[in-house]
Amino acid sequence: MMHSIILAIATRYLSPLIFLFSLIFLFRGHNSPGGGFIGGLLAAGGFVLYSTAFCVTSAKKKLIIDPRTLIGIGLLISFISAFLSLFSGKQFMTDIWWEVTLPLLGKWSVGTPFFFDIGVYFVVAGVTLTIIFSLSEE
Amino acid sequence: MQILIVLPIIIPFATAIIAFLARKWRLVQRVWGTVGAAGLLIVAVMLFKIVHQDGIQSVQIGQWPAPYGITIVVDLFSAVMVIMAGIIAFTVSIYSLIDIDEQRLAFGYFPLLHILLMGINGAFITGDIFNLYVWFEVMLIASFVLLAFGGRRLQMEAAVKYVTLNLVSSALFLAGVGILYGKIGTLNMADLAQKLAIEPQSHLISSSAMLFLVAFGIKAGVFPLFFWLPASYHRPPAAVSAIFAGLLTKVGVYALIRVFTLIFVHNLEFTHSLIIVIAGFTMVTGVLGAVAQYGMRRLLAFHIISQIGYMIMGLGLFTPLALAGVLVFIVHNIIAKSNLFLISGIVHRLRGSYHLKEVGGLYKTNPGLAILFMIPALSLAGVPPLSGFFAKFILIKAGLEVQNYYIVAVALIVSVLTLFSMTKIWNEVFWKDMPVSIDKKMSTKTNLTSKQYILLVAPVCMLAIITITIGLGSEWIFGVAKQAAEQLLDPTDYINAVFGGKS
Repeated sequence: MMHSIILAIATRYLSPLIFLFSLIFLFRGHNSPGGGFIGGLLAAGGFVLYSTAFCVTSAKKKLIIDPRTLIGIGLLISFISAFLSLFSGKQFMTDIWWEVTLPLLGKWSVGTPFFFDIGVYFVVAGVTLTIIFSLSEE
Repeated sequence: MQILIVLPIIIPFATAIIAFLARKWRLVQRVWGTVGAAGLLIVAVMLFKIVHQDGIQSVQIGQWPAPYGITIVVDLFSAVMVIMAGIIAFTVSIYSLIDIDEQRLAFGYFPLLHILLMGINGAFITGDIFNLYVWFEVMLIASFVLLAFGGRRLQMEAAVKYVTLNLVSSALFLAGVGILYGKIGTLNMADLAQKLAIEPQSHLISSSAMLFLVAFGIKAGVFPLFFWLPASYHRPPAAVSAIFAGLLTKVGVYALIRVFTLIFVHNLEFTHSLIIVIAGFTMVTGVLGAVAQYGMRRLLAFHIISQIGYMIMGLGLFTPLALAGVLVFIVHNIIAKSNLFLISGIVHRLRGSYHLKEVGGLYKTNPGLAILFMIPALSLAGVPPLSGFFAKFILIKAGLEVQNYYIVAVALIVSVLTLFSMTKIWNEVFWKDMPVSIDKKMSTKTNLTSKQYILLVAPVCMLAIITITIGLGSEWIFGVAKQAAEQLLDPTDYINAVFGGKS
């Protein structure tokens, strides 16, 4: 593969930015454009950029865990978030919201749809990376 | 209580997730996959008990009231189908412990199996027509991977045929849903039933009905849309083909019955007479196709088609007795058919071939297996007192009651031809001596330890016992089926369950 210094340097600065951006998309989900799906795609995009600039093995090292495990974790998070409503006597998959006061950030409301979105984020990132890594290895 | 209704979807999903995360530990996979299937069976029986005692149950997912949210509805028909899925899941899981090789296991056989089960159960218990589409897709994707993995070329060819035809079917299904939504403005099946009852009949509704008929017809494998089925079902490992043969086509039949008893019932002389004609052709072509076959699984695959004909015939006759017959028939057929595919897998293990000309002499070496084969085979042909006899008896009685003698004659002739096919397998596989020319080559193939053999035969035994039990306890089963048929023909209970229990 051709190795470009410009791309490599740019990627060093860009990929953390892309990753941060994907988190912003994830957090603003639910009520405004964004959410787990698009966030997950962006996060995967960051790693794909890294793998084109350097190589697949180093991108895998950056990811630390196997993208397939990521899929499993994501599914598990979404699954549990669908279950939480049952403990407060509501029907399956009903949304529950909590008011959380954080230092500096003020009042936030956190709900099960957000956890569901986090799960989706992991699944989408995991699936995309599994596909792209296995394609670029061949 | 509420949670029990969604558990048939949740249990396979949870099992799949955990099996997927534990994919490196094969022992965990095997144990967990089987435990999950057993859990599904237990939940299915509990659910059936509740529905049998207290009537139709429903849940509004996420507390969005019907018709806006997705409703999960379980009536007797659905509950029986979920039990069937549980039985097949459990027996096939045990069989898979031996039948599925390490490579497929590492690739994720058990997660895929349980995702497939989730799709099947979801299709059985959903009360929303678009949600039904989603479950069909879940099923299609999981079954496609199950069919294709293992990577042999012939298997790939089968998978491509399968997925192409099923994608066409999905597109038609979606088009039908689109037309219906454009015309009526709702996707909830109970709501559709209510609104179509007061809506004047139009060509749009009829064309939507036909799109559904074709789409589900492809899934169910009816004439003339069945050709993908015998082209693909004989390729994957025996465990996979058993679960496909038992459950996948029946989901298509289930959807046909649901849609043509709940939604499209206002143009009976058009839709349901067409269904009867299709049923007749399906029976005949299926059984004639089987006569020419010499591959054991191909032959059995053609019989799936002819048996589907019987089910569709009951739907076309559209009397309480006929629908009860369909139910008994589906129950009998799922058990017997999966069992035959499992046995064909054991024959393959013992003799190294599926081809009838290359095997033989099993009666001498494995008389127990021969008897185990006789039970589902004779049941399929309709010999009393096994399950198939009562199922066919009810259907034919229903046919005589509405004086549709043509379809009754076809059903009887096809039954005789089925017996002929089963005798052919019996003669070739069990009775005749092992062909001399390949005797030496194949004799090395018998490399099953007795522990492995027991694990392969145990599920076959279970299914055979169920076949006999259905035959002997047919009165009770017929009672349940009659109740279910009444629920199907009078949808007020179903509609009340969806809208009444608002919480």
